[in-house]
Amino acid sequence: MEILAKKPNCLTDIPMHYCPGCGHGIVHRLMGETFDELKIADRVIGIAPVGCAVFADEYFACDSVQGAHGRGPAIATGVKRSKPGAIVFSYQGDGDLASIGMAEIVHAAVRSENITVIFINNAIYGMTGGQMAPTTLVGQVATTAPKGRDPKLQGWPINMCEMLSQITGAKFLARVAVDCPQNVMKAKQAIKKAFENQVNGVGFSMVEVLSQCPTNWHASVEQALEFVRTKMMVQYPLGIFKDEGAK
Amino acid sequence: MPRIEVDVNKCKACYLCVNACPKKCLGKSKTISKKGYFPAQMEHPENCIGCKMCYMMCPDIAITVIKD
Amino acid sequence: MTEKTLRKGNEALAEGAIRAGARFFAGYPITPQNEVPEYMAAHMADAGGAFVQAESEVAAINMVYGAAATGTRSMTSSSSPGISLKQEGITYLASADLPCLIVNVMRGGPGLGSIGGAQGDYFQATRGGGNGDYHVIVLAPNSVEELGNFPKLGFELAEKYRMPCMILADGILGQMMESMAFNFDPVDPNQLGKFDWAVDICKGERGKSKVFSYKGDNLIADVTERAKRYGLIEETEARFEQRNCEDCDVLLVAYGLSSRACLEAISLAKEAGIKLGLFRPITLWPFPSKQLFELAQKAKAVLTVEQSLGQLVQDVKLAVDGKVPVYLNAYPAGGQPDGEKIVTAAKSCLNGGKEGLFDVREHAEGFTYDCKRNTALGVQGDCKGGK
Repeated sequence: MEILAKKPNCLTDIPMHYCPGCGHGIVHRLMGETFDELKIADRVIGIAPVGCAVFADEYFACDSVQGAHGRGPAIATGVKRSKPGAIVFSYQGDGDLASIGMAEIVHAAVRSENITVIFINNAIYGMTGGQMAPTTLVGQVATTAPKGRDPKLQGWPINMCEMLSQITGAKFLARVAVDCPQNVMKAKQAIKKAFENQVNGVGFSMVEVLSQCPTNWHASVEQALEFVRTKMMVQYPLGIFKDEGAK
Repeated sequence: MPRIEVDVNKCKACYLCVNACPKKCLGKSKTISKKGYFPAQMEHPENCIGCKMCYMMCPDIAITVIKD
Repeated sequence: MTEKTLRKGNEALAEGAIRAGARFFAGYPITPQNEVPEYMAAHMADAGGAFVQAESEVAAINMVYGAAATGTRSMTSSSSPGISLKQEGITYLASADLPCLIVNVMRGGPGLGSIGGAQGDYFQATRGGGNGDYHVIVLAPNSVEELGNFPKLGFELAEKYRMPCMILADGILGQMMESMAFNFDPVDPNQLGKFDWAVDICKGERGKSKVFSYKGDNLIADVTERAKRYGLIEETEARFEQRNCEDCDVLLVAYGLSSRACLEAISLAKEAGIKLGLFRPITLWPFPSKQLFELAQKAKAVLTVEQSLGQLVQDVKLAVDGKVPVYLNAYPAGGQPDGEKIVTAAKSCLNGGKEGLFDVREHAEGFTYDCKRNTALGVQGDCKGGK
């Protein structure tokens, strides 16, 4: 008997608390596979956010720090500068990274901190029950935009990869999705590259993952996937926005 | 022969695997799990080609792909 | 003990911290403490540590959170409004049981206030400006020499009890130059042992470490255990200095630079035939309550001298517990105490006068204030225009 695919070694066996169909679990698995394949599991220190992934540390078999909302890149800076041999990741949602944490993510990129940021973009605040996020689409309904996002009152969604690509210190910026196996495979490549960059000392690397959120979009899993493909990918095109440093 | 095993204690019945399977091997169990879900299950193992697309889509890492 | 050198307070602090093994500093420019990050920028890398000028005080304290999580001796410094910004990080550090050093070189407040030295952050430091039930150890130096030597004590206490330690200085202390000497040998942090709770690489057999602030269902047990630690600290770690406390008419209580003005007051009062004593808390938390309670009863009155509007005096009243009258000689918002003013206030304590004493109720006697809207100026709806 041969095992063709199983849970990566550096993920724990604890059942995940995420909603059915949510993208978090897929991304955790891709990260776990990456740590196994790059043989870095014993050096990984993860920073968990405030958001649905606040308990992410339970699922990774590595040391972790859970900190304040949006401050992941700053916390990661403190960890990495103190333990340069560690492979440090900051795992963040869109409210965490693009709202309260905007200064921290921009300046971690400015300083080209040699860390890896995994940014899960579901265009809404998940854990707190569906409030509008900086990445919520125009017209998308949220509990704090009950008539749908109105650009006159709430402006337009922000494209983080595009914005950060202006920053010299940002070395690798990719946007991927996990809505189908083909995209999951591309997401894996991007995530692996982002961690390889850290191993090779390239500098700030971020992967933005468009994630389905059936619960807060009030959608079935199929409808949520449809929203990712027909709406989110229009506002947030997939692709590599920057790829500098070691090949 | 490739096949899959679904950990019914982890499966949340999102059925991303069922939709992703190119050979339509998977279906929905009629037995409710302890967590209150009707887990995904292998229904046509004879069609399984071990492509691992179900594994790739599973957010709960509930699937193990095996080749006997 | 090193040779005596002439140093500026902020620089003595920075050098003392590096000497004590600090190897991570994150900070942000704010007057009157800029010499601290500047010194760190110049010297931390040579010492094998890391200096980061963060994007904000909030980011800086969160960098300290990360660095401290690795067991590295980590610190930040700022001044009053910047310390307000750091409250989020401080409560997280306390919650996650992380040792670290936070320096507040106080300036006038509230708000942007002024850039001169003041003592307006006593409540913020000792009552915890952040949310929840927690404390930080607070050390109050009154000389450049103490400012240079307290980082070592601060790190040791912070690490022993797994909590943040704050050094509460003020703008004048930070800017003034005095002769000082370090009373300890340099610490090589690479030779210090590891903490089993720290996140790390090269873990060997140790299992996973997790540093976290969300406790959920475990919060009651978490806060109760921490309360026990705080109780132990209150019993065993209070520090203070006293002059003439066994035989005085009025016992002055003051910390930081206010205590230096009290020393002048003691000499001046002697000439006037009044005996003054000084009780100088060195730890503001834990406040040396027991010791003050004992010594206060040897005097006829207690006079709190503070560069704030009645903050230290509350802890003094709690400690004295009504046994002896407690008065306040206040110099808020950058006001400077001097010996003569303190003696005047001390005389009032003894003769029932009011000169030099501050009582908020009497202060407001005859004062009225009632700001009203005035439609003669127009109404809010006028010229609203816009979106």
